[in-house]
Amino acid sequence: MSELKEELKKQLIEQLNLEDFEVSDIEDNDLLFGEDGLALDSIDALEIIVLLEKEYGIKVADPKQGKDIMTSVQTLADFIESKR
Amino acid sequence: MACKMVRVTAHNIISPLGYTSQENFDKVVVGQSGIALQNKGELSETDFQAALLNMEVLNDKITAIENADAYTKLEQLCILSLQQVLENVDIKSSRTGFIFSTTKGNITEVAKDSHSEDALLANTANKIAAYFGLQSQAQVISNACISGLAAFVIGRRYIDAGLFDDVVILGADVLSKFIVSGFQSFQSLSPEPCKPFDANRDGLTLGEGVASVVLSKADTIGSEGVEVVSGAISNDANHISGPSRTGEGLYRAITRTVKIEDAVDCICAHGTATPYNDDMESHAISRAGFEDVPVSGLKGYFGHTLGAAGVIESIISIMAMQRNIVIGTKGTVQQGVAAPVNVTKENIQKPVSGLLKLMSGFGGCNAAVYFKKHGE
Amino acid sequence: MVAMLLFILKSMENSQIIKEVSIEQGKVLVNQSEFFTGETSEPGPFLKSLYKKLDLKYNKYFKMDHLSKLGFLAAEVLLLNEGISNETDEVAIILANASSSLNTDVKYQQSIAEIPSPSVFVYTLPNIVIGEISIKNKFYGEHMFFVQPSYNKKELLDYTTCLFNSTPCTYAIVGWVDVDTKGNYNARLMLCQNNK
Repeated sequence: MSELKEELKKQLIEQLNLEDFEVSDIEDNDLLFGEDGLALDSIDALEIIVLLEKEYGIKVADPKQGKDIMTSVQTLADFIESKR
Repeated sequence: MACKMVRVTAHNIISPLGYTSQENFDKVVVGQSGIALQNKGELSETDFQAALLNMEVLNDKITAIENADAYTKLEQLCILSLQQVLENVDIKSSRTGFIFSTTKGNITEVAKDSHSEDALLANTANKIAAYFGLQSQAQVISNACISGLAAFVIGRRYIDAGLFDDVVILGADVLSKFIVSGFQSFQSLSPEPCKPFDANRDGLTLGEGVASVVLSKADTIGSEGVEVVSGAISNDANHISGPSRTGEGLYRAITRTVKIEDAVDCICAHGTATPYNDDMESHAISRAGFEDVPVSGLKGYFGHTLGAAGVIESIISIMAMQRNIVIGTKGTVQQGVAAPVNVTKENIQKPVSGLLKLMSGFGGCNAAVYFKKHGE
Repeated sequence: MVAMLLFILKSMENSQIIKEVSIEQGKVLVNQSEFFTGETSEPGPFLKSLYKKLDLKYNKYFKMDHLSKLGFLAAEVLLLNEGISNETDEVAIILANASSSLNTDVKYQQSIAEIPSPSVFVYTLPNIVIGEISIKNKFYGEHMFFVQPSYNKKELLDYTTCLFNSTPCTYAIVGWVDVDTKGNYNARLMLCQNNK
């Protein structure tokens, strides 16, 4: 699980061009959206959906479902685990 | 400087609904839509809703174009549309301007060759202009979904400043896998024909179309004439794809185009039927004080025709104004937007002397144009 | 006819160029004088070095495509020390190029074969760069993106004059921002003032 979370953090930084972030800057429970966390936006959310499909073969067709799983790196990892 | 009057003197629409403005208008007024379920194939890996041009129907017209094979599908359609409006235009005059509005032009050429010269939008415009012998340098407007409406704003300014006496506006976009997959990646396509301003709206429907308008300087505007009175463009300064939650840019475009005391008898909104766009428009319209004015959305008839949308929808709204009709918003069953607005579900017969047309698009852009009917 | 010409000439005076910035082949000039020269002229690394030089703390920068980065940075240099206020309708943005968004269009076309990327698709419109400049500076004003065969300063200034005639705006950022399909880049921006 912690390996998966490390991997996810790397992929987020890479895919979302989070140039000013290192893996160590992102806590498992940091909010992905909102100013207190990584301050991602709606395009990032769509790009995470692409990431899930590309890297993990998981399709998220319903944008509403996307919202719940994208709270933090932890919730994303939980979701991926549940699909494995 | 007192403004010159600018009049709409000719127009054409080629869409799935018809080959002339009149054919299109006649279909719209009886509630017919060009949107249909399209089988997966060249444009999409899944079935999808779209208003696609029937190229077989247009084939006879296309083969009549001189040296037709030298032109792409988009260029052929542009030629077919323009030839219907240029009859009374002095095309050889340097006082005649030409504006071409498109978002993606010949983007399909990029799939074949990354460095294709045909994909350069100015080349496309020049090719079309050369077909007719239009003399002045074509201006291409590529400003996302407001491109078509922005051409009215800019054409009017050109005439007002004395640069041109007539301005020919052409708006065109055809669908490609490029465009369809992009909107799919944004999860913005509705599985059903779009439902503008509806409580259950869940996305837009794409469409294809080409439309032309001629704007001319006028000393007087006859009783049947329609004047392009004013227009403005504004930016949300908020996000490159998400519309402003408060409608800031559109509100500013509206208030720089009309005053509350102007006769605004109906509004033809952008109405893409995405949840955020229609909410945004409701905020802007309501903030500007027009919450009681009947609002139409035309995407349920044509789909979202991108660079052509502002031209097509302006023409239909103008024709409706001339007949004292406010077109019903096809697809709206139960209005459900964030702020109070008055969305028409059915056609309304009422005196219409002034009309406000709105468009918004990616990049945070918004445009508004005020058209007025004379002689009443 | 003479009256018409006089009117046009007269109205041309409305628009006055107060500053010019050009970016090309790893070099930034302000009013024809050198402002910055990068160690490389490769678009990505060069633009990043200019970003660092300007000491901007703006995370959105890293999300942009080459065209937006180029236009955004050129506008930053143009507005540097000009004291033009934010949150305004008073600044218009009129940009043009020849390549539209084709540099990114080609990238997006390639992504379709795998999984289409929404963050690439959004940059397949040339006017997004205007959005980026507007967001950074909170400019709500008039704007337009034209596509032309080649840089034509006169045409752009003609339109600026038309705009200044009809719209109460004080400044306009006017010019050329192009990145072609081979990665060649070229920005020439002018800050124009409305003297009307």
